Amino acid sequence: MRELLTGGEAVAHAMRQIGPDVVPVYPITPQTPIIQTFAKFVANGQAHTEVVNVESEHSAMSAAIGAALSGARTMTATSSQGLALMAEIVYIAASMRAPIVMAVGNRALSGPINIHCDHSDSMLVRDSGVVQLFAENAQEAYDLTVLAPRIAEHPDVLLPVLVCQDGFTITHSAEPVELLPDDSVRTFVGEYRIPHSVLDVREPTTQGPFAMPDYYFELRRQQAAALRAASRVFAEAADEFALLTGRLYSDLEEYRLEGASRALVALGSTAGTIKDVIDELRSAGMPVGLLKLVSFRPFPSSAVASALADVDSVTVLDRADSPGGTPALHAELAAALYGGGVDLTGAVYGLGGRDLHPADIRAIVTGPSSAYVGLRGESCPV
Amino acid sequence: MSRLKTLVRNQGGVQPLRGGHSLCQGCGIPMVVRTVLSTIKTPTVVVNATGCLEVATTRYPTTAWNVPWLHVAFENAAAVAGGVDAAQRALRRRHALPADEDVAIVVFAGDGGTYDIGLQALSGALERGHRFLFVCYDNEGYMNTGIQRSGATPLGANTTTTPAGRDSFGKAQQRKDMTAIAVAHHVPYVAQAAATHWQDLSVKVERATAVDGPAFLNVLTDCPLGWGHEARQFAQVVDAAVDCLFWPLYEVVHGSYRLTYEPEKVVPVEDWLSLQQRFAHLLRPENREVIAAIQRQVEKDWQTLVERCGLSAT
Amino acid sequence: MGELTRWEQLPAAGVVTPDDAPQPRTGSWRTGLMPSVDVTQCVNCLLCWLYCPDSAVTLEGTTFTGFDLDFCKGCEICAEVCPTGAIVMVEEDTP
Repeated sequence: MRELLTGGEAVAHAMRQIGPDVVPVYPITPQTPIIQTFAKFVANGQAHTEVVNVESEHSAMSAAIGAALSGARTMTATSSQGLALMAEIVYIAASMRAPIVMAVGNRALSGPINIHCDHSDSMLVRDSGVVQLFAENAQEAYDLTVLAPRIAEHPDVLLPVLVCQDGFTITHSAEPVELLPDDSVRTFVGEYRIPHSVLDVREPTTQGPFAMPDYYFELRRQQAAALRAASRVFAEAADEFALLTGRLYSDLEEYRLEGASRALVALGSTAGTIKDVIDELRSAGMPVGLLKLVSFRPFPSSAVASALADVDSVTVLDRADSPGGTPALHAELAAALYGGGVDLTGAVYGLGGRDLHPADIRAIVTGPSSAYVGLRGESCPV
Repeated sequence: MSRLKTLVRNQGGVQPLRGGHSLCQGCGIPMVVRTVLSTIKTPTVVVNATGCLEVATTRYPTTAWNVPWLHVAFENAAAVAGGVDAAQRALRRRHALPADEDVAIVVFAGDGGTYDIGLQALSGALERGHRFLFVCYDNEGYMNTGIQRSGATPLGANTTTTPAGRDSFGKAQQRKDMTAIAVAHHVPYVAQAAATHWQDLSVKVERATAVDGPAFLNVLTDCPLGWGHEARQFAQVVDAAVDCLFWPLYEVVHGSYRLTYEPEKVVPVEDWLSLQQRFAHLLRPENREVIAAIQRQVEKDWQTLVERCGLSAT
Repeated sequence: MGELTRWEQLPAAGVVTPDDAPQPRTGSWRTGLMPSVDVTQCVNCLLCWLYCPDSAVTLEGTTFTGFDLDFCKGCEICAEVCPTGAIVMVEEDTP
């Protein structure tokens, strides 16, 4: 069924169809439409969920862990400062292997305080051990949310999955979205199961231990292995999802990379704008393509290296800066491509919701490199 | 059958908290935990905030807990418990739990994880009306990290972050009335108890777990290391805190106050203070006014409490 | 403590099951004194059982039977709270 929905509404529909047991939430722009739309569904009996209106995002993730480890399928949503505030607990959710699905409406981190899109919030938790998937548009936001429980809850993974969509650009923009029938989603996500529920009083367990140097390292290594397994699990679930919808997802999407000598790499909604520019440039004979990352964590290094193997020159676009160092996506690309012959440059764009226009993209493809794009004032030459 | 024998029987042959943990010799916390857990007859899940109890009982790969136990972080035990409560409701609604099993959710947190860093999550959970029992084991300081002051530390206490010295008499602020803060959330049951008044504590646990909503117990217990007394003086020291009216025992049922213990003989606050090294410096002539200030506050608070309990002022 | 195991062998998330978990013998913390009871003076009030921080007072049903010296840390609280003075601290290994 095709409906005109914002990304936020689309995710709320996905949540309605998944039917989580518990949703602890705290409001923050621009994710609020997600929780408001979902709360309306619950109030009208279209979803049977315990909505817990907590008093901060830190408590949202905390309550989510309590619920998820008690055998309840649990979802939540946040952005920006909310993700920053709950960051401590996001790490713990991953280490406790709590399969929570969280919608993130990507928004810039303060300061200054800014409610518009960039990826700094997601990048803050990139080392937390959670899966991070990025949507290009409302359809992808919906689809990845439906896929998310299958990744999060798989016995080889059991990790939180963050489904990220650009704040305002996707969360608040209406597009046609193809929704699956309700029962297809229920069947697809299946029953929620975890190895040890805290509510299992017959076989009690101790969860959330204190570990000294003699065990911490091993427990962390184990967790890293689970995150790596998410790639394979995503691929398996995506194959099944494709049978239902005709839409096949993967860690990355190659757009017109065949025969490309120049490529851009990006996350999120900007990939959509880039695709339009690429079509235009290709019509003019320029062999340029796009590598869109869908899975930022786990980062598909070898797939990236394969995809860009025959490309001469690549520019990575980061929508979050790493002052004093290399921005996250650029650093991942550099590691993935190390030793290959690719000429790699990076550019930071779009901080605090600054739009990236087709003209900017054309300039990136054809012009001299610049560390910052779309900025007034001097950009450090690369 | 005596209440103690009932507590033993309730355990059904399995100690909820067993030996082998690394809490200090003579630690005042386990008695609180064991009294609470052996009073509750239904299966119980424990949510534990970071602190002495959590760290010392769950060093991986050991555990001292024979009940389901969950620790997430320091400040969020009440929020975690809220999640467990919501899960239980949701699962019961769709018949995914055994129908006759009513699992009690009990939070154990120290005063740090209750009065200070834990206050927000506790406040939210109380306001939302989750069904759980929050037990604060109040030993008046951050003991696990080496005896630092908390919002529960009494005026004049020598702690490592409020050391007594040439220019300082110790902690310069009175402690928070955390029990009153809980009462202000309009929850069905709030009480103040003390570890060594175990019968009173046990009755309060029964009342707390009978309500369909949040319950808060603020339980005074000692820390021999932090308070500065021999471990074996546990009962003497905690009893003195109660008998000097520093720590009255009362309950608040739907906002109605009731005193549950009145000392036969009220002793001066100094009798309690002088049992502990952390107050030894207050006995010096230059600090005696601090003792007087503590005594005045104790008497004032007692009068307020007595009035709330609808008793005539003494 | 259990044998140190490889990361692949550890249960996920460091979840511990009490039946499988080692119980360190904290009786080694004692520094020369241990509790001893004169059963003729014991009135089976069970206060020692409740007060013991290490759950080291043993019972048979609801009857006091002695001390679990594997876990007793020698804090002396039992001796102090015993209402009849039945419990005293004695030198370690006193029969």
